Amino acid sequence: MASRARPLNLGPLVLAAVLLALVAGPLVTVAARAGQFVMVPQDWAAVRFTLMQASLSALISVGLAVPVARALARRRFAGRQALITLMGAPFLLPAMVAVLGLLAVFGRSGVMNDLLAEMGLPTVSIYGLHGVLLAHVFLNLPLAVRIILQGWQSIPAERFRLAASLGFGPSEVARHLERPMLWAVLPGAGLVIFVICLTSFAVVLTLGGGPAATTVELAIYQAVRFDFDLGRAAMLALVQLGLCAVAAGLVFGLARQVGFGAGLDRSLVIAGPGGWRRWADGAAITAAALFLLVPLGAVVLRGVPGLAEVPDVVFTAALRSVLVAIVSAAMTVSVALVLADAVARRARGFGFLEAAAVLPLATSGLVLGTGLFLIVQPVVSPLSVALPVTVLVNTALALPYVYRLVLPDAQTVVGDYGRLSDSLGLQGWPRWRWVVLPRLARPVGFGAGVAAALSIGDLGVITLFAGGDQGTLPLVVQQLTGAYRMQAAAGAALLLVGLSFGLFWLCDWGGRRASA
Amino acid sequence: MKTTLLAAGLATIAFPALAETPVLTVLTYDSFVSEWGPGPKVEAAFEATCACDLQFVGAGDGAALLARVQLEGAGSDADVVLGLDTSLTAAAAATGLFAPHGQAGATALPVAFDDPLFLPFDWGWFAFVYDKAKLPEPPKNFEALGASDLKIVIQDPRSSTPGLGLLLWVKAAYGDRAAEIWAGLADNIVTVTPGWSEAYGLFLEGEADMVLSYTTSPAYHLIAEGDAGKAAALFDEGHYLQVEVAGKLAATDQGALADQFMAFLTSEGFQSVIPETNWMYPAVTPAAGLPDGFDAFRPAKSLLMSPDAAMAARDAALAEWQAALAR
Repeated sequence: MASRARPLNLGPLVLAAVLLALVAGPLVTVAARAGQFVMVPQDWAAVRFTLMQASLSALISVGLAVPVARALARRRFAGRQALITLMGAPFLLPAMVAVLGLLAVFGRSGVMNDLLAEMGLPTVSIYGLHGVLLAHVFLNLPLAVRIILQGWQSIPAERFRLAASLGFGPSEVARHLERPMLWAVLPGAGLVIFVICLTSFAVVLTLGGGPAATTVELAIYQAVRFDFDLGRAAMLALVQLGLCAVAAGLVFGLARQVGFGAGLDRSLVIAGPGGWRRWADGAAITAAALFLLVPLGAVVLRGVPGLAEVPDVVFTAALRSVLVAIVSAAMTVSVALVLADAVARRARGFGFLEAAAVLPLATSGLVLGTGLFLIVQPVVSPLSVALPVTVLVNTALALPYVYRLVLPDAQTVVGDYGRLSDSLGLQGWPRWRWVVLPRLARPVGFGAGVAAALSIGDLGVITLFAGGDQGTLPLVVQQLTGAYRMQAAAGAALLLVGLSFGLFWLCDWGGRRASA
Repeated sequence: MKTTLLAAGLATIAFPALAETPVLTVLTYDSFVSEWGPGPKVEAAFEATCACDLQFVGAGDGAALLARVQLEGAGSDADVVLGLDTSLTAAAAATGLFAPHGQAGATALPVAFDDPLFLPFDWGWFAFVYDKAKLPEPPKNFEALGASDLKIVIQDPRSSTPGLGLLLWVKAAYGDRAAEIWAGLADNIVTVTPGWSEAYGLFLEGEADMVLSYTTSPAYHLIAEGDAGKAAALFDEGHYLQVEVAGKLAATDQGALADQFMAFLTSEGFQSVIPETNWMYPAVTPAAGLPDGFDAFRPAKSLLMSPDAAMAARDAALAEWQAALAR
């Protein structure tokens, strides 16, 4: 490979440069308004707390996801696919909707405490670090399960067959097939969740129980909104970016590439081991399903009565949100594919491409929005570009997730089929059409679903740019709750979750169908 | 026939550019603009008198509004900013972006209020709201609340104006004893939410016995939902006021129209809309009086720091609050 000239392709480089400008430009613009900045003790406390809760959330989510994903990968039962899809739903919930769903189960007057009280046991409080972790695991376990499950499915079925014919027991299968795959998949999954939790603040503040649970993102929020200290906001955003960069460096150092070799793209059912492992798998699936689906059911129950009260404006906002989500998802997937393919082929400047693809991860949405506002406002009215800017920012913010989802399989494709397609002279569109896309359909569909869902639930930039009548669905939900209309808000939130889930399901189903 | 149609068509394209109605842009918080807020009715009432186009631009919540004004600076398209409160007006005045409003001002405020730059359009008392059926004997002051084992939800003063209001309330009522009061309240606080709506939502879900809101909140449940079960606890140390104000931007290119709008703020057309859309007290009592429930919980004593005092007290009060609650 080393003797071969690296392909020079300008397309990915230009894309990466645009991305970098989109992310770094606003940050620099905000920082340019800066005065002096020093970290005060509260800032360090916020950094420590942020790191602790994000690391724990990521470790627990990924740790719990492994047995669940393994069980789902090696067992077949009626409704399995539906369960996998449904269990993905909590990831799509807007933070406050998820919190209210969890409170219906674990809150002071939730189902669990009612049961405990009935049995004469002391009740428990959800507020505190454990509540924050509970919510973050609830929101992110679905993502972790799906990423890891994808890892299992990326091991060609022929390898499991070979293992079976060689008489491998579960521990040999784990050593030779599963553990190498997990080494390749887990660090990335953990990083993604770590970063999601790094910038979380509504969940952390609401369930954290007080100012001890302060994240860097809240400090940024305060700096922009209450103090209008843009320099401070920019510095804190840089600190956050730094935390993410260190974590990313550690993780990419840990991650191993796997070489299982090419399979025949056949879907074979692998018989899972019997005995106690069968029961353990059943227990893992049942526990995860209960944990994820009961609060989700509470969200649905809360929302249904409100559906009738939803004002008309909600439907136009919903349409707007869906359009933004579809365009953002399409753009995200296209950019992610181009970058992932170029990185997988080790095209010239692939390190730069990689950095550009993961950089938006730790960007504070608020700082990004503020910077864009400062850039745009002297030129055109921010109102008139609200939706395009939202699409652009949603694309940038969702890119790292989709990129990480697509990359492992893109690397596998290049490793397994790269030489063959080179020797056949397959280039450009035919290569995409016959080699890359069919093998990436599954992660691309899943990635598009994640991107659409992230976009539809996003409440970052639009709040700065949209005026009164251009609101997206999350904005309208927020307006309803701000006007005492909690029931209508719950109905609108249910609609939001339904749409988000519908889009996610469509993309994911499309991907699976195309890959089958 | 064809030519007249063509001429008419051309005229409709050409004339708006000539005879364009002037546009007045008012920057405000989101819930003011929403279709269930005061925005639509206020717009109709003002446009009936001004021969202009009144456009509201929503900019997040009250706290975000000032940041937005500062972001836009002197290049702003907005003519009037509506919805700052007095804990923010000192910072707003310091930007130098506002011009004197020249209006006589509000008459229905429970305290004397005179600010050359900012004109009150509505106001309310902060209060802890509870459910009468679940809490027959509400506490009478912060000390009793701190001594009780009642659970409360409050808002974060770093991200929400009611949260900041509570901070100033305790400071105005207790001065140097504020830290002690917060220490007493620490074990009552279930959690601190980023904004008002999250806190109120948690209270309605039964997560707390009381929530920091306004004395007019029970009136919403009474009027909009026919539920007379909510009440506001009256504290004997007095209740802190939130006074919501509007200001004219100095850089406006619609000076006369902006003045006309500022005058309209205290008129019947604006004030009569406020109680049942913004759920606050009107700054000038409308001819029809106040709706049901607005007289149910009237504190005997009102507290309000001057804007400068509020700004000066904020950082120290915030540090006290954080120290007391960080445990």
